[in-house]
Amino acid sequence: MTIRILDAGDAALTIEFGDAIDPRLLAAVNALDAAIAARQAAGGLAGVIETMPTFRSLTVFFDPLATSRAGLLAELQPLFAAAEHAAPPAGRRWRLPVCYEGEAAPDLADTARAIGRSADEVIALHSGSEYLVYMLGFLPGFPFMGDLPEALRLPRRTEPRVRVPPGSVAIATGLTAIYPWESPGGWHLLGRCPVPLFDATRAAPSLLAAGDRVRFEPVTMAEYERLAAALAAGEIDPQRWLVAATANETGT
Amino acid sequence: MTDTAPHIEILAPGAYASLQDAGRRGWRRIGVPWAGVLDVRLMRIANTLAGNAENAPVIECFDGGLHLAARGGALRVAVAGDAAVELESGGERRPLAAWRSVTLNDGEQLRIRRMNSGRIAVVAVAGLAVPAVLGSAATYPRALLGGLDGRALAAGARLPAAAPSGLERVLGTPPADDDGPLRAMPGPQDDHFSSEALETFFSADYRVSAQADRMGVRLEGSALAHLGAREIISDATVPGSVQVPGNGLPIVLMADAQTAGGYPKIATVIGADLPRLAQCRPGDTLRFARVDAAAGGAAAREREAATRRLLAAIRPLAGGIDLAALYAANLAGDAVHALAPEYRPLN
Repeated sequence: MTIRILDAGDAALTIEFGDAIDPRLLAAVNALDAAIAARQAAGGLAGVIETMPTFRSLTVFFDPLATSRAGLLAELQPLFAAAEHAAPPAGRRWRLPVCYEGEAAPDLADTARAIGRSADEVIALHSGSEYLVYMLGFLPGFPFMGDLPEALRLPRRTEPRVRVPPGSVAIATGLTAIYPWESPGGWHLLGRCPVPLFDATRAAPSLLAAGDRVRFEPVTMAEYERLAAALAAGEIDPQRWLVAATANETGT
Repeated sequence: MTDTAPHIEILAPGAYASLQDAGRRGWRRIGVPWAGVLDVRLMRIANTLAGNAENAPVIECFDGGLHLAARGGALRVAVAGDAAVELESGGERRPLAAWRSVTLNDGEQLRIRRMNSGRIAVVAVAGLAVPAVLGSAATYPRALLGGLDGRALAAGARLPAAAPSGLERVLGTPPADDDGPLRAMPGPQDDHFSSEALETFFSADYRVSAQADRMGVRLEGSALAHLGAREIISDATVPGSVQVPGNGLPIVLMADAQTAGGYPKIATVIGADLPRLAQCRPGDTLRFARVDAAAGGAAAREREAATRRLLAAIRPLAGGIDLAALYAANLAGDAVHALAPEYRPLN
């Protein structure tokens, strides 16, 4: 594994483990992240504000008044070894409801046409795989998940949408995601998930974490609406879609 | 809040006004940007003028037009930034210098008429009380975090504050403008660009487009050619990241920007100079200068030292005479009006 140190301005460093979307790189990123957290808990790494794990790199944000790039790097380097032979994160296993019908699925027909399959086949492909949450970012709680079945891989839309509705379940390249918030977006929208992915009042505001595994379960529009209303009224706890506390357990 | 407790009422937010503080740390890993005030120095000055802790929540506003009133009692407010400020009392209007605090009696109004230079002013209110969300009061409207219900300030918004205590204060010598190039460090994806593209980025003039806000500043000018792919596997962005999308025109990410992105980042504007970019108006031209990590670190320390000197220079306004305002208005030698700021003409 070749580690590259990249400057991200005077207050951040990016430690890059490779240039691919690969669970082995994610394991290395998470292992370094955990090693940094452990050093901080032991009183080390003064000046480190926070870290951001991504598909293939870890960005370390620091206070340039409290440490320097050179000083920080000297402290970080011994931790890189921990990343070399890291095991994949345990993660949790989720099964999230998705409505693939009507206005909830504005790009379903175009996607089916683009890959030469029926809409039902697209739904079967998308809901037939389990996805790894590689990272959270772009928007609060936005999960980048992979890997899509080969047949579903499409480039982003040539015309990004100005408004993607919250809950939109989308695909692009080899990835799938759920938009927790309304935002612009260039991915293909296949469905909608009623479960809120981000709630600032929860101790862990993001429902999903890097390393979790997610499978989608098709629901009708009527069921989607029933779930959305019950969730909005606080009658359902989103934890109900947690299938197993670790990905190694068998889902029910 | 009761109508008889002191509070600020927003009469008009101007171009864009929001509650901010030093920002929300520790949540980038789940996609939450820091948000926070675009010019931390202005926040620290305004709060010190108002008698608050340096990082207390403040109102950040763009391009003038912010108009507010004291309700339910007297309040102490302070404005930092190169703003033309106006006080309105009983139908009478008079100009007020920025860089000072002032007591607003119940019903009195304060208005940022316009920015003399720059785009951003910061208004501190003594005892302004806003609940923290994920450790910060900073407004991030995209995910409805912080501020008032997660939204920018709108007419009618009411913010609880405290009754004034102690003397009004003034910063006698406001910070000077710096027109030098914006210092930036190459990377993290400078290897996605040719040496010619890097040379262009660090030498050409760029113009601030109309798309410049708390999320990012889009620039117009010489397009920067990518070597190979125009997209990367998404990785972390930082405030100051200079993304180059397929059209080759750089976008500098600001406090509210997305935490991850798939465009190569040719360079990163250093923290000491990012507030100056935030102050640029659409149409302004600017240049970038290449610095290394050591120079970036030195710039951060120099800016902090300069900010501390400014904060240390803040003095009580003895006897209510605002000498700084008088000098600024070139009226200090005016025998008739020297002690009566309310007679100063509108400028």
